[in-house]
Amino acid sequence: MDATADVDWRLKIHPLLRAANVRQVAYVPDAGHTPLIEACHADPSMKAIVLTNEAEGMGVLAGAWLGGQRGAMLMQSSGVGNCINALSLTQICRFPFLGLITMRGEWGEFNGWQVPMGQNTEASLKGAGVIVQRCDDPDDVAPTVEAAAHLAFDSEVAVAVLLSQRLIGRKKF
Amino acid sequence: MALDRREAVQRLLADRGEMLVVSGLGSPTYDVAAAGDDDRNFYLWGAMGSAAPIGLGLALAQPAKRVLVVTGDGELLMGLGALASIAAQRPANLAIVVLDNERYGETGMQKSHTAHGADLAAIAQGAGFPVAATITDEADLDRIVGEIRSGQGPMLVVVKITAGEAPRVLPSRDGVEVKNRFRRSLGL
Ligand SMILES: Cc1ncc(C[n+]2csc(CCOP(=O)(O)OP(=O)(O)O)c2C)c(N)n1
Repeated sequence: MDATADVDWRLKIHPLLRAANVRQVAYVPDAGHTPLIEACHADPSMKAIVLTNEAEGMGVLAGAWLGGQRGAMLMQSSGVGNCINALSLTQICRFPFLGLITMRGEWGEFNGWQVPMGQNTEASLKGAGVIVQRCDDPDDVAPTVEAAAHLAFDSEVAVAVLLSQRLIGRKKF
Repeated sequence: MALDRREAVQRLLADRGEMLVVSGLGSPTYDVAAAGDDDRNFYLWGAMGSAAPIGLGLALAQPAKRVLVVTGDGELLMGLGALASIAAQRPANLAIVVLDNERYGETGMQKSHTAHGADLAAIAQGAGFPVAATITDEADLDRIVGEIRSGQGPMLVVVKITAGEAPRVLPSRDGVEVKNRFRRSLGL
């Protein structure tokens, strides 16, 4: 699979975030999220918030919820370790959390530096009390993101959707 | 010169009106509690480095209200990148007050980076904050109170405080309750 063959699933996420009334989208860029980041920046109903470190996102989304807005976080698997202590906010205060995480370090990875965090992404999130839902099939992305948004905001829990590296395509150098 | 932390925070929060307040873990949380418990206070007892980012999300969600983050030099230093993220969004209603004792007070008064020359106001300015200042006396404090209430932010004010310990005033550690009452105070 190559990185441009299957852009459809990526274009489906923004309307779902909008339908879920997500108003703040915090992110550290990942190539796999590029079209979604652009769509969020272009949407006047959303604030797209570029972060220097994923940990900031946990605070931003907690603040958004305190102020009555829903937020979502876009990030790459390598950023999960950066958030672990900040995720105490979701556990201790029961802030909802919706994270869309593009996976690296798993499917035909070229760059071994992505493997240690990629292979520990799911366990780290679960250890921090986050519910993990994984997508390997492009047709699953929309229903999974939609359901995860309901789970996060209606049940007020922390949910991460892992977008498999198989969906994104192998990075070619 | 340096100010007393309790008196400075008391002055910042007197007649606060509808201002929303987020406090960083440790002494700043006790200082904000000592100035008077309020439904519009969100006290942190952990998640070190998160006070400023929480202020950002809150200020964006509530643009018509003033948002004040009261935190320590150590707490802010853990998440300095947040200053750049805040500057990129430019929330005009957000003020960050750093109670700078140049120490990690809570953990035994070890010297922090500000004791070694790190200038947090200069860092904020370099990150793109339109307003950043360091204050050391009462006259400055009186001036800055008005700025925090109605000036155009985002602003960061470093308040140099003496390194003494104040008696602990402990607000609720029940994060769910503190969150829920905060939201209720906004009609959510
Ligand atoms: C991630 C993390 N590292 C270390 C600590 C320990 N810790 C608790 S409070 C604190 C220092 C806070 O210093 P500062 O913000 O300057 O507040 P002060 O008490 O000096 O007013 C530290 C290091 C912690 N709670 N979390």
